[in-house]
Amino acid sequence: MDARIFQELRSIVGAHGLVSSPEELHTYECDGLTNFRVMPLAVLLPSDTKQVQAIVRVCHRERIPFVARGSGTGLSGGALPVENGVVISLARMNRILEVDLPNARVIVEPGVINLDVTGRVQPHAYFYAPDPSSQSVCSIGGNVAENSGGAHCLKYGFTTTHVLGLEVVLPDGSLVHLGGKALDMPGYDLMGVFVGSEGTLGIATKVTLRIVKRPECIRTLLAAFDGTNEAGAAVSDIIAAGMLPAAVEMMDNLAIQAAEAAVHPNYPDCGGLLLVELDGPVAEVESLMRDVDEICRKNGAWEVRLAQTDAERMLVWKGRKAAFAAMGRISPNYIVQDGVIPRTALPQVMSEITRLSQETGIRVANVFHAGDGNLHPLVLYDRRIAGQEQAAESLSYRILELCLEAGGSITGEHGVGEEKKRMMSKMFSEPDLETMQRVRCAFDPLQLSNPTKVFPTPRLCGEKPGEYVAHPLENAGIAERY
Amino acid sequence: MLKTSSFEENLRAILGSQNLRIASASDAVSGVFPQFVAEPDDENQLAAALSMANEAGIAVVPRGGGTKLDWGNPPKKAELILSTARLNRIVEHAWADLTVTVEAGCILQSLQNTLAQHGQRLAFDTLWPERATIGGALSTNDSGALRLRFGALRDLIIGVTIALPDGTLASSGGKVVKNVAGYDLPKLVTGAFGTLGAITRAVFRLHPLPRAAKTFSFTAETFTAVQQHILAIQDSQLAHTALQIRCVAGDVPAADILFEATDAGLAAQESQLRKLLGSARVERSSENAWNARQGLWISTTNATMLAKISLLPTDIAKSLDSLKALGDTRKVNWRIVLQATGIGMLRLEAEPTQLVGAVEQLRTQLQSRDGALLILRRPQELLSLDAWGNAGDGVPLMRAVKGQLDPKNTLNPGRFVGSI
Repeated sequence: MDARIFQELRSIVGAHGLVSSPEELHTYECDGLTNFRVMPLAVLLPSDTKQVQAIVRVCHRERIPFVARGSGTGLSGGALPVENGVVISLARMNRILEVDLPNARVIVEPGVINLDVTGRVQPHAYFYAPDPSSQSVCSIGGNVAENSGGAHCLKYGFTTTHVLGLEVVLPDGSLVHLGGKALDMPGYDLMGVFVGSEGTLGIATKVTLRIVKRPECIRTLLAAFDGTNEAGAAVSDIIAAGMLPAAVEMMDNLAIQAAEAAVHPNYPDCGGLLLVELDGPVAEVESLMRDVDEICRKNGAWEVRLAQTDAERMLVWKGRKAAFAAMGRISPNYIVQDGVIPRTALPQVMSEITRLSQETGIRVANVFHAGDGNLHPLVLYDRRIAGQEQAAESLSYRILELCLEAGGSITGEHGVGEEKKRMMSKMFSEPDLETMQRVRCAFDPLQLSNPTKVFPTPRLCGEKPGEYVAHPLENAGIAERY
Repeated sequence: MLKTSSFEENLRAILGSQNLRIASASDAVSGVFPQFVAEPDDENQLAAALSMANEAGIAVVPRGGGTKLDWGNPPKKAELILSTARLNRIVEHAWADLTVTVEAGCILQSLQNTLAQHGQRLAFDTLWPERATIGGALSTNDSGALRLRFGALRDLIIGVTIALPDGTLASSGGKVVKNVAGYDLPKLVTGAFGTLGAITRAVFRLHPLPRAAKTFSFTAETFTAVQQHILAIQDSQLAHTALQIRCVAGDVPAADILFEATDAGLAAQESQLRKLLGSARVERSSENAWNARQGLWISTTNATMLAKISLLPTDIAKSLDSLKALGDTRKVNWRIVLQATGIGMLRLEAEPTQLVGAVEQLRTQLQSRDGALLILRRPQELLSLDAWGNAGDGVPLMRAVKGQLDPKNTLNPGRFVGSI
């Protein structure tokens, strides 16, 4: 980077807010998806909105692409730096600015850790509902970028349901306020567009969240089945009975083994484990839980356990939430996928995954958010064996194609990022993607904000649809057409 | 009159004579008289007609049931009404997956009837369900009492297809409840008043119909007391589905609460509610209480204004005080139905000259407390009054979005915020 620009950036954030030594930059060369790595020119750690604006203005003037980063726990490469770009880390903007219990609102800076929001309001029996498995380390800003979900979004909804207002630094450095503390502020729901846009529309610097009153009781049931088809049938019957559980999770035998090896949650050793959580008023939950128990047994559950204490409940969840990391116990390397299917397609998709696994000799462990059809197949491989990594990658993409063939999606909560952008044109038609790009052009005409992510084909704003013009990113070999 | 003969011929060639007619007086949009009404058979026809109008510089107003066509500002021009009357199919009710794909012109009541066959519903209580369409409800961002529990349409929609003025048919979202691939355009077009594209179909997540339901009502002596009750209920562990205040000038405020649960759950909730409200008399009431919002629209005259207000729950009492003051000082008669979410529907009655001052004063007060006021229906004399109020520093960005999707300003020109 030009020394003059470097100095200017340093003068904005101070020497302690700038990372530029190669050793330190390594920390930022990837996010939770570690098989993609790019070294940024520099990492900037602003401490307030004004500094973010000043940095972005310099980037805009000098045409330097930038990538915003929260805790870097994302699993699709959304916070992967771009070549010749800078990373703007929001980690130091981590203050909870306002807690308004009577209106059930909390206003935070983007670097605040997800679980810390709940931590702050817990004494008053409130919680922040979106609970990605990484909630003890992931940031609200990252959650906003990815529209993070979690096990409980079946009942409570995703991040987008719980964000009411945003302060955003646009890619030209200007500041806008989208949404607000009250509902339905006049104008387009640009807040709804921004949430889940994976850092491609600007940088959120302040977030107004909705918090939820803790229900009177929470009950968690574990049911052991011979296989995932039986467990899946039980889920269908629970939904058909008109229940909306707080969470319904499923694990197959390989996932159970891994969880058991890692955190010993004392799961039954079975082919399909179902975890059903109901919450609400005691009388309601207890009556419905009897129905769930009966439905599970009717579908062949040979063991049904109700967690008796909070400690037992926490242990049950610990096993589930540790499932990804636990794969390290049974495989040297693994790929986490995030496809979604209509829940009714589960048996057909599962049998196809099993067939592909047998055909390729690559093991697949399965963890699902079964209530909403969000699959997390974990494709296990050993990088040291020649050809296995490639075979695992192509199997994981093939699984996403299966999800699309079943009418689903390539990502339920992890985002498209770098990893799945090549799959976007399989899910959406050219006009669909083109329309999204037009929205992007309204926010970021110069394509500076996380420019190489989400879309398979970069598009210059103002470019006429249909006319091919090579984007500078293509010419530079950073981006390619699929 | 426009030089429209060749346009008309071309449009007829696309749509067929039976799907194109000359507009009548009843097709007027807030006093603006269109020339043609097109009723395309499918979304491809709709997109082709829209694109043709766009090419010809003809302003287009998409229309569903037409129940909320006067909401917002009057269009600067409205030459072609693009009706979704024939796009009324329920494409797929995937009941086991709790989703439905429906065309924009489908009437809400007919959708709900179909869903009910499998014990399901779109958890949304619209105004005039027997006439309102999915597309119109989405475009105007209507929301009722069920929003407290289930969110607004923005939270229920999971996929959308829109026709853009250049003829593009674009889909985003999908058919599954959980999906973060690509931008969330379903939310962008929800509440956009048909200024970005014409919605042709939508996909929603569904909820089961409740096993049983009970409504209770209570009154409070003062505005402060009713606010305290609402906040106390919201801060409790009651699992209510809806909670609203009804208030008429000169009367004490009343409130209604809806529980949907199992029989065992209902009994427990009722006793907890009584305990929580202490001395307030809680009575069982009928589900008609939930029609109060629609009741505000009965017998409107040229002295009636209806508005949607947004406020924070802690400003309920202050806002009711503001209304009372308006009534006292400006001789404005008022009625309001206010949900615990902070979204309310307000009816004002006065001479038009009085209404102007009243609504502006109220809007200023609401805006100063993070709230907003949108004029929905107003007397003819007041059509030039801005319906939206201050839309904040996001307006230039909103114009940029409009410029990208509708660069020739073909769709509903002038209806939205900031002259969009």
